[in-house]
Amino acid sequence: MIRKTGMILIAALILMNCGGGDSEATKEAAQPKLSPDGLTQEQLKNGVGPIGAFELGPQDDAMVAKGAEIFELKCVACHKVNERLVGPPLSGVTTKRTPAFIMNMILNPDEMVKKHPEVKAMLAEFYVPMTFQNVTEDDARAILEYLRTL
Amino acid sequence: MNKTMMRVVGVILVIATFLLISECAKKEKPILGSGDAASAVYVAPGDYDEFYAFTSGGFSGQLGVYGLPSGRLFKEIPVFSVDPENGYGFNEETKDMLKTSFGHIPWDDSHHPELSQTDGVTDGRWIFINGNNTPRVARIDLKNFETAEIIEIPNSGGNHGSPFITQNSEYVVASTRFSVPIPQADVPIDTYKENFHGTLTFIKVNPDDGHMNIEFQILVPGYDYDLASGGKGPSHGWSFFTSYNTEQANTLLEVNASKNDKDFIAAVNWKLAEKYLAEGKGKTRPGEHYVNRMNHKTHSADSKLNKTVTVLDPAECPGLIYYLPTPKSPHGVDVDPSGEYIVGGGKLAAVVSVHSFSKMLKAIEDEKFIGDAGGIPVLDYDATIAGEVTNVGLGPLHTEFDGKGYAYTSAFITSEVVKWKLGTWEVVDRIPTYYSLGHLMIPGGGSMKPWGKYLVGLNKMTKDRYLSTGPELAHAAQLIDISGEKMKLLLDFPTVGEPHYAQGIPADLVHPNTTKIYELEENEHPYRALSEKEARVERDGNIVHVYMTTIRTHFKPDNIEGIKVGDVVYFHITNLEQDWDIPHGFAVQGARNSELLVMPGATNTLRWEPNKVGVFPFYCTDFCSALHQEMQGYVRVSPKGSKVPLSFN
Repeated sequence: MIRKTGMILIAALILMNCGGGDSEATKEAAQPKLSPDGLTQEQLKNGVGPIGAFELGPQDDAMVAKGAEIFELKCVACHKVNERLVGPPLSGVTTKRTPAFIMNMILNPDEMVKKHPEVKAMLAEFYVPMTFQNVTEDDARAILEYLRTL
Repeated sequence: MNKTMMRVVGVILVIATFLLISECAKKEKPILGSGDAASAVYVAPGDYDEFYAFTSGGFSGQLGVYGLPSGRLFKEIPVFSVDPENGYGFNEETKDMLKTSFGHIPWDDSHHPELSQTDGVTDGRWIFINGNNTPRVARIDLKNFETAEIIEIPNSGGNHGSPFITQNSEYVVASTRFSVPIPQADVPIDTYKENFHGTLTFIKVNPDDGHMNIEFQILVPGYDYDLASGGKGPSHGWSFFTSYNTEQANTLLEVNASKNDKDFIAAVNWKLAEKYLAEGKGKTRPGEHYVNRMNHKTHSADSKLNKTVTVLDPAECPGLIYYLPTPKSPHGVDVDPSGEYIVGGGKLAAVVSVHSFSKMLKAIEDEKFIGDAGGIPVLDYDATIAGEVTNVGLGPLHTEFDGKGYAYTSAFITSEVVKWKLGTWEVVDRIPTYYSLGHLMIPGGGSMKPWGKYLVGLNKMTKDRYLSTGPELAHAAQLIDISGEKMKLLLDFPTVGEPHYAQGIPADLVHPNTTKIYELEENEHPYRALSEKEARVERDGNIVHVYMTTIRTHFKPDNIEGIKVGDVVYFHITNLEQDWDIPHGFAVQGARNSELLVMPGATNTLRWEPNKVGVFPFYCTDFCSALHQEMQGYVRVSPKGSKVPLSFN
């Protein structure tokens, strides 16, 4: 009994670990079902980044035109529509990924490549990590609208 | 409860608590002045240094960027010398940065970095540095750590006393070390006394964009003008310049310029100069000089030639300038953070003379003059002197301040830093350096707010301090802790070139503002290709323009045919990356200049004149990704007059 109390005290002291950091474990424990990579189901579906799940409305042609322009400037060096270049072909991508996933991939590629299991698998296939191309959230939304047309 | 068991538990608890405490203690930063020197300079992997230190490159002509307290080298910024590592001075965009009235000058001797100030405090916007040999002053932008502007100083021979700044960066000054005929003329050297003059140049700095323009020059007697310091607080509006060779010798100066017991510190009232200029006292005189500015939209230098300067003659501007006699061939002049004390490094005197600004004003009012030199009133030494620091070592050169009432003087001959108290002039501490200390630097030095935690000694001789590297050795900087009563040597670190002066600034004033990329949308380079669609090759006679793009991990185009011997090919490379730390390099076989290193979003141009028939590879030189080795291409060069059509993919 006493030995046990001592062990618990020691364990508690060591866990305190100079203060700070103790709450993270509790926080994570409160999270529901994490993937082996530490992502939530929500993150697996919609990606890691600033954009949360949302539904697409009817196609906005003005936005498609703007998206096409940005795509020509900042994306085509690596992405083609129907064939592999540096990155994967993008035809039909909006049927394979959620809108939020696509925008997070455009806006937050560094973290996506590091954390998301499916994106990590793509890095192993394509070797060159997707790069941030200095686009705004509005730009990314427009690119997404353009991708819907491919 | 079993006693033995209690004891065991108790002991375990004590040990655990002790281990925990010592583990926590390890994470605390060591307090300077106590603990060991190694932990005081240790910056853990991934952690940042507390200060930036900018060291002049001396005969390298560049500017070094170090971290303090670690002494780690971060960058060597090319300023006055070409740099094949990134193409500075070689590529078409930057070669005009080195344009002077003498032509393209690919090298200089850079001595004194000086940070811009606002309200007497270093603000982290720009750093200026002088070119000594072909008189110039450069401005480096601390957002991108690139040379933004170089202005040539006319009517000067050896721009040593430069580029010291006023408290709101209104002016950077430049005094000529070597007096010369003004304007330059073909005269016998032994007519020095009648034909040679010096100039003190005031370069106006535009507060919005930092652009420099020579506002005026003051024509002064033909002495050697050495260093300078800006007034501050009460002395704001004045600048101070040391001189030696008041003997006006023109040969064997080591003897002939060391005869007078006192030479002069020139006190210049630049606010009065502005008044005289407004009154039209300035004369337009010949003064050919280039102003070269980088345009960060076009990524290219714009060069402009000015033919004249405005000159003020002290004879026509009473009260503009006074001489303060100062022993003996003084080198440094340093105004303390309060702005009251003007400290002259005696060099050939074993004393540091401290003039009082308020006493100087009183002496001027009371006309305590002992005569004039070349028409400039010379003040009575006893009327301006506040105190003399004796026992300051031999060869006192430069003084910096800690903002806590102490001054630190470098003594070259006795290789030491001597700490003394402002006001009482008593020496309170001294520490040897290794070896032959020139300048010293405290972050914020020269401003009204020094950060008096560290001092860096910039030694001239290295000898046995490092592993030997043949006859030439890296210069030795030494980091000294000045936070306590006693100075403490913490670290030796080697520096590139020959640092003369250095300046330091808290990292927080610079680090967060850094440019990470250039935005493609803002690229206005006339030969840009902002997407792969725009990549192409165009011929105009024997001139070929290649509009090429790069992105991980290919060039577009990467096969070019139809180039002929005798062509002049311009590779305009636009780096389409918009990601931090992803420059692409470009090198092509047989290029007789350098490589290019193109920052994300920028366009750089390499001129290539193929002189052999064949198929020559080009490739990316900066390891950029896993497929970097695949980032390559070919250019086919056919004989002159060949019918191979121009083509690319």
